[in-house]
Amino acid sequence: MFLRTVARCSFRWTTALCLLALVLAGCSPEHHPQTTLLPRGDFAKIADDLLDTTVRWALLVFVLVEGVLLYAIFRFRGKPGDPEPHQTHGNTTVEVIWTVIPALILAAIAVPTVRAIFQTNAMPGKDALTIEVVGHQWWWEFRYPEFNITTANELHVPMGRTVSLRMGSNDVIHSFWVPQFAAKRDVFPNRETRMWFTAQAEGEYPAQCAEFCGIQHGRMAHRIKAQKPEDFQAWVAHMQTLGSKPPGTAVPADAGPKYAEGEKLFTAKGCIACHSLAAVNAPKGLVGPNLANVGARSYIAAGTLKNTDENLAHWIRDPQGVKKGVLMPNLGITEAESQALAAYLRAHK
Amino acid sequence: MTAHAHAAHLETSTGLDNRKLAIWTFIGSECMFFATLISNYLVNKGRSLVGPFPHEPWTSPAGQHFEPIFEIPLVTLGTALLLFSSLFVVLALSGAQRGSRKALIGWLAATIACGLFFVGMQVYEFTHFVHRGLGFTTNLFGSSFYTLTGFHGTHVTIGVLWLATLWVDAVRGKIPPPKSLNLEMAALYWHFVDVVWIIIFPVVYLIK
Amino acid sequence: MATRVLDQHHAHAAAHGEKTGLWSWITTVDHKRIGILYGATAFLFFLIGGIEALLLRIQLGTPENTFLSPETYNQLFTMHGTTMIFLAIMPLSAMFFNFMIPLLIGARDVAFPRLNAFSYWVFLFGGLFLNASFLFGAAPDQGWFGYANLTSKQYSPGLNVDFWMLGLQILGIASLAAALNFFVTVLNMRAPGMTLMRMPMFVWMSFITQVLLLLAFPVITVALILLMYDRFFGSHFFVPSGGGDPLLWQHLFWIFGHPEVYILILPAFGIVSEVLPVFSRKPLFGYAAMVFSGVFIAFLGFGVWSHHMFSTGMGPLADTFFALTTMLIAIPTGVKIFNWIGTMWGGSLQYRTPLLFAIGFIAMFIIGGLSGVMHSSPPADLQQTDTYFVVAHFHYVLFGGSIFGITAGAYYWWPKMFGRMLDERLGKLHFWLMLIGFNLTFFPMHFVGLNGMPRRVYTYPEGLGFDLMNQIETAGPFVLGVAFLVFLLNIFQTWRKPANAPADPWNGATLEWAIPSPPPEFNFAEIPTVHGRDALWEAKRQRGGMLPEPARVSGAGIHMPNPSYWPLVTAFGILAFFTTLMVMGHTGIWPVVASFAILLLGVYKWAYEPAG
Repeated sequence: MFLRTVARCSFRWTTALCLLALVLAGCSPEHHPQTTLLPRGDFAKIADDLLDTTVRWALLVFVLVEGVLLYAIFRFRGKPGDPEPHQTHGNTTVEVIWTVIPALILAAIAVPTVRAIFQTNAMPGKDALTIEVVGHQWWWEFRYPEFNITTANELHVPMGRTVSLRMGSNDVIHSFWVPQFAAKRDVFPNRETRMWFTAQAEGEYPAQCAEFCGIQHGRMAHRIKAQKPEDFQAWVAHMQTLGSKPPGTAVPADAGPKYAEGEKLFTAKGCIACHSLAAVNAPKGLVGPNLANVGARSYIAAGTLKNTDENLAHWIRDPQGVKKGVLMPNLGITEAESQALAAYLRAHK
Repeated sequence: MTAHAHAAHLETSTGLDNRKLAIWTFIGSECMFFATLISNYLVNKGRSLVGPFPHEPWTSPAGQHFEPIFEIPLVTLGTALLLFSSLFVVLALSGAQRGSRKALIGWLAATIACGLFFVGMQVYEFTHFVHRGLGFTTNLFGSSFYTLTGFHGTHVTIGVLWLATLWVDAVRGKIPPPKSLNLEMAALYWHFVDVVWIIIFPVVYLIK
Repeated sequence: MATRVLDQHHAHAAAHGEKTGLWSWITTVDHKRIGILYGATAFLFFLIGGIEALLLRIQLGTPENTFLSPETYNQLFTMHGTTMIFLAIMPLSAMFFNFMIPLLIGARDVAFPRLNAFSYWVFLFGGLFLNASFLFGAAPDQGWFGYANLTSKQYSPGLNVDFWMLGLQILGIASLAAALNFFVTVLNMRAPGMTLMRMPMFVWMSFITQVLLLLAFPVITVALILLMYDRFFGSHFFVPSGGGDPLLWQHLFWIFGHPEVYILILPAFGIVSEVLPVFSRKPLFGYAAMVFSGVFIAFLGFGVWSHHMFSTGMGPLADTFFALTTMLIAIPTGVKIFNWIGTMWGGSLQYRTPLLFAIGFIAMFIIGGLSGVMHSSPPADLQQTDTYFVVAHFHYVLFGGSIFGITAGAYYWWPKMFGRMLDERLGKLHFWLMLIGFNLTFFPMHFVGLNGMPRRVYTYPEGLGFDLMNQIETAGPFVLGVAFLVFLLNIFQTWRKPANAPADPWNGATLEWAIPSPPPEFNFAEIPTVHGRDALWEAKRQRGGMLPEPARVSGAGIHMPNPSYWPLVTAFGILAFFTTLMVMGHTGIWPVVASFAILLLGVYKWAYEPAG
């Protein structure tokens, strides 16, 4: 008796909890910057519309079928001394009905699905902005052939102009995911994959790799910055000034006292072997991300650490402690050296 | 029919002996195994980055020239012998079923001899290919070819071992007509191995 | 009275060679004992897999947690998946295939009793091989699906992938041998009068499962061989630098992998189809529809595999094809759900524990099936795939489905297998705790997945809004843990009772309830003749009431197969072969050859052993 009461109460609590979870989750997308449920781009909108369609049908079927099940559970409860119920073996009409109706519902899902498949696989027009995306263990490389600039981990895109992504990987399979504007597409070492989207809202959003790619898959994030067209152009123009600096270039005016030391260390410690500081004509296939504008990025360590001076120095000093297994080794850099290097990199905006 | 009732302790639902049904089932599963291997070969066809190639000549960047690697006449002979061996095992089985020990031992020996020739031909072929520059890891063609034909050859070898064991039994008089099912199972397996080769031979060797 | 019956049983048993003791278990070829071995071993692995999951959930309970290192996390999630699929669900189903199929079809044993024992030993050795990797700190860490080219030697230089690759091969041999056995058994050893369309539904679903096993496992066998060649011998099947294609692995894996999920669920479908009629006191609704929908699902199951690959950019035609076949397979699945409800409809529902789990199965499987339909649309799936939304989906069908179904079977068939009834009150408590714990753990995953949390991540940052859902999801496993403790308590308490359960405690419809609980070694004193479906109900109807408790007879004159240790030796040869293969780089080829010799010896001795 007690157990039955417990059971009934538990059942009610479970339902209440689930509904609460539903409410909490769905109602505040602002608290979910990586959500797929608030599309801000056309590709994502196509995906979201389909999700809406399927969710509506799924909810309908759920309510109907679970409802019938619940009804049966209570209505046909057996009591002691009950006679043997009617020994029905089946009903062909009913079988046909409950085969045809689901088929019709699935057709209602299939039609917009096929349309959307072809839409999302179509090639974007000639005026789309081509961006090359290369996945690495465990960071993202972005190249803009139209502007001859390269960057890493922070993807800038102009609002209102379709972006055409041509994607690959430098090592294993990763998956490039832009939940707010598009969706995800895997990237391969031996073939190109493509995705496109048009950002329709401004802002900076987080995103993550979505295909298990090794020890630090969990921390292979990136940021997407959708900018007004004029702001984007300004950013491009600025990036185009970040070419390789010939030796003897003057130290920037606003660089702090540690800049010079940092500059020396960058070569002495071997950072230069894996990282390029030039956004223009940057070499391909480097092990480490392009650092031309690293000082200005909001996050470092592939979107996982806020780009403060302290974090930057810590990351340089102890990458294995921050992100174990990352390809940047601990080079025995002292605290002072790391601060110098951080200052040097901070000046690269 | 009586042989069945004798061999089986109980009537079976299909009328077939459990072991006969088992070997057919096993063969069905093995069909998927070889279908996958053959698909792998076909998927990789034409995708090798370097030669030697099966049907075309190739010159390496270093200037070394390779002729097409296949030697069809020898393989055709092996194929023909393997096909005949299926006939021989049928004759051996017929001998076993009617109690002719001479036919059983003779035709079974012929089957084994053909099987051994086939395996020998393959060993020769593989060694020769390696000498001519096609190793297991040289290119996708080499890997796929050796994997597919190697697994087939392994199946032939297991078949030869099985038949040889039965041949020893036959010589010792341990395969009277009621026990002919043992040979029938091996014969079915042998036919299967043959049929797989009938598919591999054109797909790999003949079709360009 | 009960004890005297038991004493007589023991005396008889001793007199007729039915042994007790460890050696009798090691050499057993009795399908019932082998079933129990499968069940006990699988349940242990299930608990291990559950602990692995608990550890994962603790790590994910708070953002930026450092409870587990990334390598440990990756090993645990890989082993959790691999263990639950290959070492828990499949062998738990095998426990029922083994114990129940011969009883349900009115047979004395399976077609090949020694092959049956062999399958168990190979399974045990495969599970031990896989878990031995922990001792070397090299547990598999590449995911249960092991995508190339992460699994290449270049990117996974350690032993982790080798353990996984070879462990799965060992397990594949066990599965194929068992599938062959049950396929022949069902086709060939049915009692007179039991046509295919009179078989119990569990036998039908199991039969279809064996077909899937026989056709799907060869594909992954080839895939694992190609991977092994890449890793051990330097070929480039999946290595791009040599012209290979990582996507080929995905195709091969999922051509196996999708039928595999039907292998995981169909036995549970069958169990539910046995439990519902008995506890509704009316026959299964739509028997023919249930058979044909099962066959259709199996057939179509080979045509949907690339729905696991929608994000790989296969092109619109491939995407469309697989979307449509995936949607199509929802239809027969729905038909089954409706027929189960139809079975309950108009019945007299007897709320015992087996029925609770069967209904729980239906309720949870509906949810899992619906999220599956949501995945079937590629453009929508591109937001869902590789997120926690998928994790929610497959746990609803595999845990809410398979595990709930298997648990229903455990409570239902426990009296037949062990001669004891599991306690009803503890059973009901187990059910409610499991239902609550399960939903707490997995329902929030639907939301956190759609809100952007990817899967297979060892941590997540603050500020993405994942925290609350993850906390709830971490609380759930503790409730599940209590549920399993309750189950263990029930088993332990029940074990101490005498084995005097009646032959037919539930008023069953099928043949197993006509013989004593637990059954004698030979199952049926006389092979029954069957005249229709639900043969036992028919017999009771003709008699005008319950059948009398069947007497325990001596079974003298009934010839049962002799025990044998050659299956164990052969299984050991297989274990030795794969182990020496793995360390071939260090120890050379001769240990491999020696292992193969042991294998051959086992096979020859087995083949020439008098079958008795």
